[in-house]
Amino acid sequence: MIKLEGVEKTYDSPSGKVKALKGIDLNINKGEIFGIIGLSGAGKSTLIRCINMLDAPTKGKVFVDGEELTAMSSNELRAARKRIGMIFQHFNLLSSATVYDNIAFPLRLLDMPEEEIEKKVTSLLSLVGLEDKAKQYPGALSGGQKQRVGIARALASDPKILLCDEATSALDPQTTKSILDLIKVINENLSLTVVVITHEMQVIKDICNRVAVIENGVIAEEGSVLQVFTNPQKEITKEFISVVLSNELPVAFRGGKISKEPIEGGYLLLRLTFIGESADDPVLAGMIRSCPVECTMLFGNLDEIQKVPFGRMIVGITGDEDGIYKALSYLSEQDLKLEVIGYVRRNADSPS
Amino acid sequence: MSGEMLTLLLKALGETVYMVAVSMIIASVIGVPLGVLLFTTEKGGILENETLNKIIGGIVNAVRSIPFIILMVAIIPFTRFIVGSAIGTTAAMVPLVIASIPFIGRQVETSLKEVPYGLIEAALSMGATPFQIISRVLLPESMPSIVAQLTTVIIALVGESAMAGAIGGGGLGDLAIRYGYQRFRPEIMIATVIILIILVQLVQFLGTKLSEHLRKR
Repeated sequence: MIKLEGVEKTYDSPSGKVKALKGIDLNINKGEIFGIIGLSGAGKSTLIRCINMLDAPTKGKVFVDGEELTAMSSNELRAARKRIGMIFQHFNLLSSATVYDNIAFPLRLLDMPEEEIEKKVTSLLSLVGLEDKAKQYPGALSGGQKQRVGIARALASDPKILLCDEATSALDPQTTKSILDLIKVINENLSLTVVVITHEMQVIKDICNRVAVIENGVIAEEGSVLQVFTNPQKEITKEFISVVLSNELPVAFRGGKISKEPIEGGYLLLRLTFIGESADDPVLAGMIRSCPVECTMLFGNLDEIQKVPFGRMIVGITGDEDGIYKALSYLSEQDLKLEVIGYVRRNADSPS
Repeated sequence: MSGEMLTLLLKALGETVYMVAVSMIIASVIGVPLGVLLFTTEKGGILENETLNKIIGGIVNAVRSIPFIILMVAIIPFTRFIVGSAIGTTAAMVPLVIASIPFIGRQVETSLKEVPYGLIEAALSMGATPFQIISRVLLPESMPSIVAQLTTVIIALVGESAMAGAIGGGGLGDLAIRYGYQRFRPEIMIATVIILIILVQLVQFLGTKLSEHLRKR
């Protein structure tokens, strides 16, 4: 649906040329929600603006629905943009126009008759749940309501693609959730292709099917959200994930020395990751029953990514050398990812 | 207050209002599009054209740097060409219009700069043409600010129209000079000043009210 080929973008700034994008290749499929995550300055805003040519790439090609945007005249481009909706971090609504007139704006650009506009706007207002706000001015609305108006406006010209530029970054967590839910509903009901750029991994985890991590103008990592979450390759990706899924050791063990060799009176810490059906298996019970070890559960969490259960656990086991060997070989036979952290002793000054 | 004085004052007030109103309308018709052009042809603007922008900007600055009293005298041949005479209320309007056009242009440009760039970007993302962006985004969004700025221009025009009176343009300035100063009638001078103060207060009051009414955010 959207294809970028070797897209580069260089800006002229007073301090010389700035390379915002350094060769981006990307394929976004029809009907999916594709996330692009990066820190500020990574180039994600420029990237999404290259998709509808608000920023024309310095080099490379942009295809949307089979048409090459980078080869179009400005008239053709204007027509193509009407098929690509966009919502913004700061909503960008006309303060001098009512909610109704804001949503009608793109339709009036098309010179649609007013009766048709009224039908269209009324149905969009009910889609975003703002039927009673039609005559209000944006100044009287909350952030979440303003973004709903932004979404309705972006959908007015029946686009095939919705670009979301940090659409929830100015909103509180509850409002963010309701806006994300709305985007997901639209994606499913209107079979719209959605591109989301954000610096929040939570947004990616909540709604995206696939994700690309962008760093310094290049794509560092790309894949399905489940794959990237459960098996991140790059440091930057791990950092983003750690905000959503904490990877730290439990407090009682933090700061302690981790040793490869057994410590007298210490635990062997293991990190277990379960994906899919195996998240329900009684693995620990099985291990205790078949191996002569003691087991303490230090951390446990069951999440869901793209409707796939995703469990993570940190356990400490104690026992003699033989018992621990047996336990490790038992665990490695199970349908899970096993990571041996090492032997640690509980911090002396922490409550036991 | 004598009947003679009242007649004089009313006639002069009428002339001033006529000069200011007509000059303001003509100057706005040219000055507002000029301001739009100044804003949109800037680097990064929707009609980016740096050469044109520099030329217009240069002319605007040149006209604005001429003191009104000099401009008025300097363009007498032009005024005669346009109106057929260099004396009278209508003739006084030519320099008033010429001085106000670049002033309005800059004021409108300033107002347009207050419109957040995000709104222009949003309109571009919806496939709006530059003309649609000007007429449906820039002008409506900056209207409260433009009204406030134009109020300032009207007040400046009231002052300049008094100066125009000095070269036979009529109006309150003319009255104050000829009767109040040259014929030693301080009561006419004082009455003129009071009327001017009230006039300016009224313009400012109405301008502010209208601007606030338009501002809905």
